[in-house]
Amino acid sequence: MKNKDPKLLLQSAPLLHQELTTPAAMKDVWIALFPATCAALWFFGLSALLIIIASIAGAVLTEWVFTDKEKRRFALSDTSAGLTGLLLGLTLPSGLPLWMAFLGGSVSIGLGKVIWGGLGANIFNPALLGRAFLLGTFPIAMTTWGPAGGPGEFFQIHSSNLALPFMQGHYDALSTATPLGLMKFEHQGTELVSLFMGNTAGSIGETSSLFLLLGGLFLLIRRSIDWRIPVAIFSTAALFSLIMLLTSSAESTTSYPSPFFTLFSGGLLLGTFFMATDPVTSPLTPKGCWIFGIGVGFLVVLIRLYGGLPEGMLYAILLMNAATPLIDRYTQPKIFGR
Amino acid sequence: MSNSFSLGRLFSIGNLFIKGGFSHGVHPPHHKEQTEDLPIQRVPFMKRYVMPLGQHIGIPAEAIVKVGDRVQRGELIAKPKGFISTALHSPVTGTISDVGMHRYVDGSFRMAIEIEADPYATQQFPHAQSSIDVGDMDVGQFIESVQMSGIVGMGGAAFPSHVKYSIPEEQEITDLLVNGAECEPYLTNDHRLMVERPEAVLLGCEILRHQLSAKRVAIGVEKNKPESISQLKKYLTDDMAIDIVPLEVKYPQGAEKMLIKSIYDKELPAGKLPRDIGIAVNNVGTIVALADYFEHGMPLIERIVTLAGPGVHEPANLIVPIGTPIRDVLDFAGGLKDETREVISGGPMMGSPIADLDAPILKGTSGILAFTEKETSRPSEYPCIRCARCLEACPYFLNPSRLALLGKARLFDDMQEKYNVMDCVECGACTYACPSNIPIVQHIRTAKDNLRNRKTSQ
Repeated sequence: MKNKDPKLLLQSAPLLHQELTTPAAMKDVWIALFPATCAALWFFGLSALLIIIASIAGAVLTEWVFTDKEKRRFALSDTSAGLTGLLLGLTLPSGLPLWMAFLGGSVSIGLGKVIWGGLGANIFNPALLGRAFLLGTFPIAMTTWGPAGGPGEFFQIHSSNLALPFMQGHYDALSTATPLGLMKFEHQGTELVSLFMGNTAGSIGETSSLFLLLGGLFLLIRRSIDWRIPVAIFSTAALFSLIMLLTSSAESTTSYPSPFFTLFSGGLLLGTFFMATDPVTSPLTPKGCWIFGIGVGFLVVLIRLYGGLPEGMLYAILLMNAATPLIDRYTQPKIFGR
Repeated sequence: MSNSFSLGRLFSIGNLFIKGGFSHGVHPPHHKEQTEDLPIQRVPFMKRYVMPLGQHIGIPAEAIVKVGDRVQRGELIAKPKGFISTALHSPVTGTISDVGMHRYVDGSFRMAIEIEADPYATQQFPHAQSSIDVGDMDVGQFIESVQMSGIVGMGGAAFPSHVKYSIPEEQEITDLLVNGAECEPYLTNDHRLMVERPEAVLLGCEILRHQLSAKRVAIGVEKNKPESISQLKKYLTDDMAIDIVPLEVKYPQGAEKMLIKSIYDKELPAGKLPRDIGIAVNNVGTIVALADYFEHGMPLIERIVTLAGPGVHEPANLIVPIGTPIRDVLDFAGGLKDETREVISGGPMMGSPIADLDAPILKGTSGILAFTEKETSRPSEYPCIRCARCLEACPYFLNPSRLALLGKARLFDDMQEKYNVMDCVECGACTYACPSNIPIVQHIRTAKDNLRNRKTSQ
């Protein structure tokens, strides 16, 4: 080595990098969703599996089709498209025709991500945008809930799942109400234990609070998500529904749920841990995260109480997504020494 | 920022309970084990020395020797030109062989004096032991004396020290802050200096404290250097107004503003100098250079350089005469390994790549680090997913995510007007923390260069 120089690189410092990479961060979310996905399969059987596969396929295929040829491998290598597909799948009812799930995944990525410029450039959470599309286009299919079964009924597939493309399908014996629906329209509560374990009707991935909490806790410990957003959403939603409960009059036609019911029913946990905390569509700044979380918590309770639909998480998050650029602008951190 | 679980870090409230620490920052592995226990060795004298005239911030010095002149070790060879300029002394006894353009570390050519060492000279420092009486000096004489000693900031910035000591009349220095944090990974030159020459550190502190009429001295040392701390404490006597302050191990603890925040719990306002709030900040290396000059009459002609990194055969802490070609220093330590891909001057977080190994060691060269494929290969860059890890890393509370985005779009004015890009000191914490491997600091450097050039061209 004495007389010969190696070819020296001139890369500028820093030469050290921490180990976490963006694809690895995505892997954390996959791991965190594993318990909830297992619960979905346990309660909703093969139907749930087929829906998840259909929506992931829709998402990944769309990303593949709409990305430049040279960038395809790279774009798919971060697994974010598949993750969007899985998240969308978990928000769908078990009886949904598979082609709708596929179309939903496709819209999620196409209109929710690629059109904005790909990963990191979108304003709205892609999975929720896909769900909003499905809810607007197929309101009946999207609000017909299959009952939660057990492992014994694993291989029973809803016939509506297999509806031909662009056909609605028959909703055989499917019209169980979700806990939120029961609360809103029948003024009936649901036992907290059921909400916690997940043997209720609802979107396939949202019913089991226990497994969602496990996943959320994992993300918090790994510092994959900003802790401020879940804390803000939970405390605001709980506090606001408590205030509404305490100040409600007895003859009111609206039924006011307890804070616990608010937190553990519907898509609140799934939305909080896996969608509201999506870094791309939530604020950058710590103060912004608080405002964002408080906004989601407030809107979700408001929409659930007075909206036409029993669930409000979808629109609460999408509305706050829209406010995110503005929140970021007004919550810039105070610079050191200024 | 590691992924390991800790409740304090999870909720980021740890800083509330540590008085005077600074917020944010990152925790890169410090890699100091390679050299921290290696005593300082002297490299033998080589054949040829190159002394660039402008190796400090400010105006280059002016050569006062010509080809063929014989010079003694420590003899003045270039005098300062203007106030923000400093003297240059010959590191060896020998003959001037050239005054002209020579390779500089960044690959460019700069005016330099080349000296052929005399192979038969003893290379003893001629004026050794003749101390300069600092007690009788007034402030003006002291400043002039420091300027003629050639001493500059030894932490890497190489800012002429006498300029720092010229305090405007209406200002008063109450505290002398000595930077022994050495927060850059791999580097151990300051650490070894504190371990092996604690008396010189303390002596230098007292000299400077006396000259600046400061009341107290604080020496800040990161806690991962317990030996430094204990050695300094061992030689500390009651009549010295010096505090040894152990600091949290966190990057960039050694950045001037962070150090002031950690030790005095004061936030230096943007655009202000430490002296505006009564503090003078100096590196331990600078302090020892001062002690050597006033105690032994030795100007700045050599310095301690850490040779480390996975690409060197024999890591070492070396006393190297300034002007020694980097190649000769590397060869002394067994040369570079075949797998070396990049050589850095300074630390891995803020250092600069060396373009030519024939360039010399400068007054500001704290380390020569060699890196292999593993450190230099950048994983592919992903789009920013706005994870905010850079915001949590930035000790200046800037918005690196936004700055990188605007920098890519070359919206430099927005970067300054809306996001104060000029406040960035390029510590690299954001880039270290970025999971998408975005070269944030490079975007920021480009923007700052552009904004500066535009300002000067107007």
